[in-house]
Amino acid sequence: MTDAALAAPGWAALRRMTPARVALGRAGNALPTAAHLDIQEAHARARDAVWSALDADALAAAILPMLDPLGLPVLRAASQAPDRRTYLLRPDLGRRLRAEDAAALAAYRRNDAPLVFVVADGLSASGVQAEAPALLAAAVPLLRASGVPLGPVVIAAQGRVALGDAIGAALGAGMVAVLIGERPGLSAPASLGVYLTLDPRPGRTDAERNCLSNIRAGGLAPAAAAATLAWLVREAGRIGATGIALKDMRPTGPALPP
Amino acid sequence: MGFAHVVGGTRHVFADLRTLLARATPFRSGDALAGIAAESAAQRIAAQRALADLPLRHFLSESVIPYERDAVTRLILDRHDAAAFAPVAHLTVGGFRDWLLSEAATPAALAALAPGLTPEMAAAVSKIMRLSDLIAVAAKCRVVTRFRNTIGLEGRLSIRLQPNDPTDDPRGIAAQIVDGLMLGAGDAVIGINPATDSLEATLRLLDLLDGVRERCAIPTQSCVLAHVTTTMLAMARGAPVDLVFQSVGGTEAVNRSFGVSLELLAEAREAALSLRRGTVGENVFYFETGQGSALSADAHHGCDQQTIEARAYAVARGFAPLLVNSVVGFIGPEYLYDGKQITRAGLEDHFCGKLLGLPMGVDVCYTNHAEADGDDMDALLTLLGVAGVTYVMGVAGADDVMLAYQSTSFHDGLAVRAALGRRPAPEFEAWMERMGIGGTTREVPARLAPALLGLA
Repeated sequence: MTDAALAAPGWAALRRMTPARVALGRAGNALPTAAHLDIQEAHARARDAVWSALDADALAAAILPMLDPLGLPVLRAASQAPDRRTYLLRPDLGRRLRAEDAAALAAYRRNDAPLVFVVADGLSASGVQAEAPALLAAAVPLLRASGVPLGPVVIAAQGRVALGDAIGAALGAGMVAVLIGERPGLSAPASLGVYLTLDPRPGRTDAERNCLSNIRAGGLAPAAAAATLAWLVREAGRIGATGIALKDMRPTGPALPP
Repeated sequence: MGFAHVVGGTRHVFADLRTLLARATPFRSGDALAGIAAESAAQRIAAQRALADLPLRHFLSESVIPYERDAVTRLILDRHDAAAFAPVAHLTVGGFRDWLLSEAATPAALAALAPGLTPEMAAAVSKIMRLSDLIAVAAKCRVVTRFRNTIGLEGRLSIRLQPNDPTDDPRGIAAQIVDGLMLGAGDAVIGINPATDSLEATLRLLDLLDGVRERCAIPTQSCVLAHVTTTMLAMARGAPVDLVFQSVGGTEAVNRSFGVSLELLAEAREAALSLRRGTVGENVFYFETGQGSALSADAHHGCDQQTIEARAYAVARGFAPLLVNSVVGFIGPEYLYDGKQITRAGLEDHFCGKLLGLPMGVDVCYTNHAEADGDDMDALLTLLGVAGVTYVMGVAGADDVMLAYQSTSFHDGLAVRAALGRRPAPEFEAWMERMGIGGTTREVPARLAPALLGLA
């Protein structure tokens, strides 16, 4: 299809209606070069996001100013998956905490059942790097205002969502909020998800968690996600449950870009 | 009873049928994750040779999951057609492979044989077949189904138009439908995966799809891929349901994890049939399956993922579906790690489905954490096209912006049809001609303009 044909009103209208890749034109039966390379570029960015390593020092430096005034530490931990390839092949290892980390975390165990944040690379370290500090910056004041006791923030490498159960258990957490990189799509290479679990301990199922997803530029804004998270934390405390019992008050989904 | 075979002076022993099948399976990450893959290449070929020597009849006396414990095993054995099985009843698995590849296995002979085969027989023979074998035999299988058009005729390749939107926005969905129709997609089904599985969202999407189809008089069927219970509620509310969708697996336990049973599926089928919406046929079900789903639900009973996948086809064929597809690259690299594993699995699934008499399509796809890319998908799509795949997906620019994975694009559909001389379903092809789509005209025809669909 020529550029002139693609500029025709029908095609232009389609493009305004959706974030999907419509009205791309044709080179024979294939995509025109520019549209083809756009997709290759998006895939390249998504691949790099999957294989990106968490820069824990930079992340800690971004988070510490929020916690230091509260007298709370930023801690480190890792799952039993020693590298990215193993992480991808062995989800079970990504859910288990290294024994030495469990022992080290136990030194910070508290008796007031605090809310613990776990920041894990998941499937997109770049998503975590980009969005987690902003989310924490918005969430911490809201949670403090609600009187929620806050615990340490734990930066976890090669982590799956359920790693938060083991970390929360080691720290005596009343709730754990896992901030984790989501599987990158072509249109969202760096996106963050948040999973909230009451009374975390190994063996919890996904049905016992609440999830906020698609936190990113062009998706759910960190401030909006923080407000929903604070609401979920309060509500979970009130009814004594996370997961299906909170299902009817689903957080609002991501807004479409204009 | 056990099985054994000697390779290079070492005697490899396999305790039971499910272990033999698992060890004979070409390597994939999911079987390694389950701890049931062959421990060496020698052990794998020993298992394949022992499997090749096994009489097909053996599969009627030893089940991979006990009859008493599993409703899918009962379905398989209770519905086995001994008369249809008779022509191959004397063969071993290896002899069966030779027969399938021979001139004796004509399209008519294969169609007549399907009710006589169990999924485990199909899985077993596939494990000792190369890709070219899987392609050659599948290409001889004819499965034709009908609802508002005719799917699966020789020389045809249909496409599901998949207009998913991250917020179920009707405008976003309509834009993708128009784009897809303009590129020849939609004859298999116009099928949306809803972003939220609620009754209200499903009712809204069903009305949207039916409105577009009616206004443009498209000879195709629509589907909202909600849970079967949601679709049943929608039918009870009088919603325009063409096809009932459900994900199914190969064990009672994995189906329970999906929230379904055989009884529930039968009830849904009766409800859909009672609506009498099909104009040329009564195939009212759309099923999706995928290797690894049972393991991810811890419902695999120590069986390899490909054998369990083939058992899912026994569930599907119990309900005369219009469409069945494996979502082969979607389930993740812990089950199928790379392009090589996805390619083989896609061809195995298509072969087993066709051999068992299903209208088998494949979602030729990958996620960004798998070691695969668009080149792998081009290769698999072309191989499946040669194998006579019933349908594939059509997604705008291959990028599903709701499910965050890559499938085949509308353009890919055009390309594979052109390369292999395949055409859309005849009723749909005639409609395209009437609408002026598919010729030299590249403008959106006025009759398809979003404004006329009431959506701009």
